[in-house]
Amino acid sequence: MNALELKNVTKKFGKVVANKNVNLTVKSGEILAVLGENGSGKTTLMNMIAGIYYPDEGEIFVNGNPVTIASPKDAFDLHIGMIHQHFKLVDIFTATENIVLGIKDKKRFNLKDAEKKVIEISSKYGFEIDPKKKIYEMSVSEKQTVEIVKVLYRGADILILDEPTAVLTPQETEKLFKVLKKMRDDGKSIIIITHKMHEVLSVSDRVTILRRGEYIDTVATAETNEAELTEMMVGKRVSLNIDRSEPKNPVDRLVVNHLNLKNSENVKILDDVSFTAKSGEILGIAGIAGSGQKELLESIAGLHTSAQGEITYIDPQNKEINLMEKTPVQIRELGVRLSFVPEDRLGMGLVGNMDIIDNMMLRSYKKGKSMFLDRQPPKKLAKSIIDELEVVTPSATTPVRRLSGGNVQKVLVGREIASSPTVLMAAYPVRGLDINSSYTIYNLLNEQKENGVAVIFVGEDLDVLLELCDRILVISSGTVSGIVDGRTATKEGVGLLMTKVKGAKENEE
Amino acid sequence: MDVNMVAQFISRAVLQGTPLLYGATGEIITEKSGNLNLGIPGIMYIGAISGVIGGFFYQNSGSEVVPFLAVLIPLLCCLLGSLLTSLLYCFLTITLKANQNVTGLAITTFGVGFGNFFGGSLIKILKSDVPYLSLVKIAKAFKTTFDFGSDMGVFGKIFLSYGFMVYLAIIIAVISGFVLKRTKIGLHLRAVGENPATADAAGISVNTYKYLATCIGGMIAGLGGLFYIMDYSNGIWSNNGFGDRGWLAIAIVIFSIWKPGLSIVSSYLFGALYILFNYINVPMAYLPLIQMLPYVVTIIVLIGTSVRKKRENQPPQSLGLTYFREER
Repeated sequence: MNALELKNVTKKFGKVVANKNVNLTVKSGEILAVLGENGSGKTTLMNMIAGIYYPDEGEIFVNGNPVTIASPKDAFDLHIGMIHQHFKLVDIFTATENIVLGIKDKKRFNLKDAEKKVIEISSKYGFEIDPKKKIYEMSVSEKQTVEIVKVLYRGADILILDEPTAVLTPQETEKLFKVLKKMRDDGKSIIIITHKMHEVLSVSDRVTILRRGEYIDTVATAETNEAELTEMMVGKRVSLNIDRSEPKNPVDRLVVNHLNLKNSENVKILDDVSFTAKSGEILGIAGIAGSGQKELLESIAGLHTSAQGEITYIDPQNKEINLMEKTPVQIRELGVRLSFVPEDRLGMGLVGNMDIIDNMMLRSYKKGKSMFLDRQPPKKLAKSIIDELEVVTPSATTPVRRLSGGNVQKVLVGREIASSPTVLMAAYPVRGLDINSSYTIYNLLNEQKENGVAVIFVGEDLDVLLELCDRILVISSGTVSGIVDGRTATKEGVGLLMTKVKGAKENEE
Repeated sequence: MDVNMVAQFISRAVLQGTPLLYGATGEIITEKSGNLNLGIPGIMYIGAISGVIGGFFYQNSGSEVVPFLAVLIPLLCCLLGSLLTSLLYCFLTITLKANQNVTGLAITTFGVGFGNFFGGSLIKILKSDVPYLSLVKIAKAFKTTFDFGSDMGVFGKIFLSYGFMVYLAIIIAVISGFVLKRTKIGLHLRAVGENPATADAAGISVNTYKYLATCIGGMIAGLGGLFYIMDYSNGIWSNNGFGDRGWLAIAIVIFSIWKPGLSIVSSYLFGALYILFNYINVPMAYLPLIQMLPYVVTIIVLIGTSVRKKRENQPPQSLGLTYFREER
């Protein structure tokens, strides 16, 4: 019998159809992967099973019985638990407090008993968890563990994991998969949402593919392969290879020496970072999220005035310009052509409530002598970006907040490239983008590289970093743990460097 | 200053601090649910005038004033008035998802006007020559103290010389602190204020908690207004008499880092600062400097808490934000 079955489920948000006639079944003791690009409706579908959204049409069966899941509470009662992509945890609570949150039983409120039960569950499946630790003191993988224990604590038999590996290192991912397999062998049904092909192949028993909200097919993992799955997911054959040309006469463009940075709590964020970015090559930066990548780029861009060390820009005429203790405006006035695509697109990169044209002006508003704005050049630029990068938008005057993630990113990258930089820094430029948009961005970066730009690319997907970058700098809690050649490095090697602790070699596993 | 002076100073400070304590406790409960109710000063006004209206008609009904009813009627009227105002705030901000700051400020403006309008009307009904209204018989019931307190000297003066509402304020604050910290309801309420999406996903009804916390908080705050008129002012209502105590109560919430237990101490401290100028010898010209003290302390505390780093001492994370489940 199927533990969970969806029949012809449809969900609309206004005019947007997020899911259309989707069918899905999960058996007990099975891991089902739900595969689809971003925006294909995977998360919406899962939210309907978890009671966050309510389907407009269709039926849901649990253990063969038709059910109505109108709220997360209904889902719990049916033993369905969801681990969201963005963790649903209260930061100032302890692990146990988060785990017992929302449980309605007649028993007296007793955290000690709950802690015991948490430890019991953890040891059964092989988790590591400190029940008294506060969430804000935890690493991402610890937080995920709390989320999983939370649904198990409630006696969930059907577990839904929404892109659980997006924030994990390869080693942590492997650990997670081991736990998932243990739970499957224990008879639980597991649905894992992902768009990473190799994970689908390594962990799942069957795969359900969604494309643009529509159900495509369900296949047994053992009987399929990467190319076939990709074709079903994207709807057409795509080449998964990123072209990587040899760098053409690279010269040093940006030299960073002994860069140190402390945050407001006096904790070292960057510890003696030194590297050189060369023209005509892509320098990748790999590391666990929050290891100092963001601060490194921001220091170069002139956003951290408290940074110590040397940052030198060597312009194409071989003139050295010191960038330390300069504001972004001063850096621009020195003639340094530096472009920065920040991680936080709508926070640092673009203003969400302003339209595409106005956002273009954020880069150029200081130009011109008149006290009035000249809106023609930005208008032209906006139009050309929309045409060239195929930005899907009703018009150039639509607030960027209303565009999808991929289109927002195209606008931002387009604007930064339009200022013909010599150094282009991009932090997680493909985060949240579908495969097609991601490849558009990779191609743009490659184009810049071939034009002789020194590209610095902070990425999270090691497969992409290894295919795209000429050299990869690995950063681990603020220190450079290695700089490797992108053509010869292995994923495991980079993964180990990512978790390397300064001065000591940490034993993973 | 002799001992009796000190005892008198302390007892006045307690009386002055009690309305603040009601307001602060009410606002802490409200804010823990993520609702920044800036309507509290207005709700305290409405609580006061509702109690006054109830008391006025009872005292002037012609029947003899029974102490039990003299307390009960104004009390129920006060709770009803503050409940209705809180419900209005809840409906606007939770159900209709209006901006909390704007709604709160509007309620405060409304509440003060409401109080003055009906206060003025009652004074007109009496055809009184003086611009205030006196409910002496009602106030007498509110101010009933322990008989044995007056025989116990300084100790009695400091601890036992008050009407029941002073003790009620402390009891409510202590119970609130216990509920917030040690019970499932408190855990759920704090989760709603910190991260409503998380609470929602955990099966907690966010709107129910927000409504209940805001309404209960509003009713507690309303009692502060009632206490001020019936006990502190001996049953005398004059327009704008309650002053800016509602805002001080909100400042105390920050001063007490959202802990009802601490708000007891800080309310009395603010009460002491409020009346300090009566007890120290300063030239008239410098008097405003002393009267300024509670406000200066509030500003210092605001600066202090904003630079303080401990995560537990920060305001509830989603304070002032509306929650909408299907937001994309």
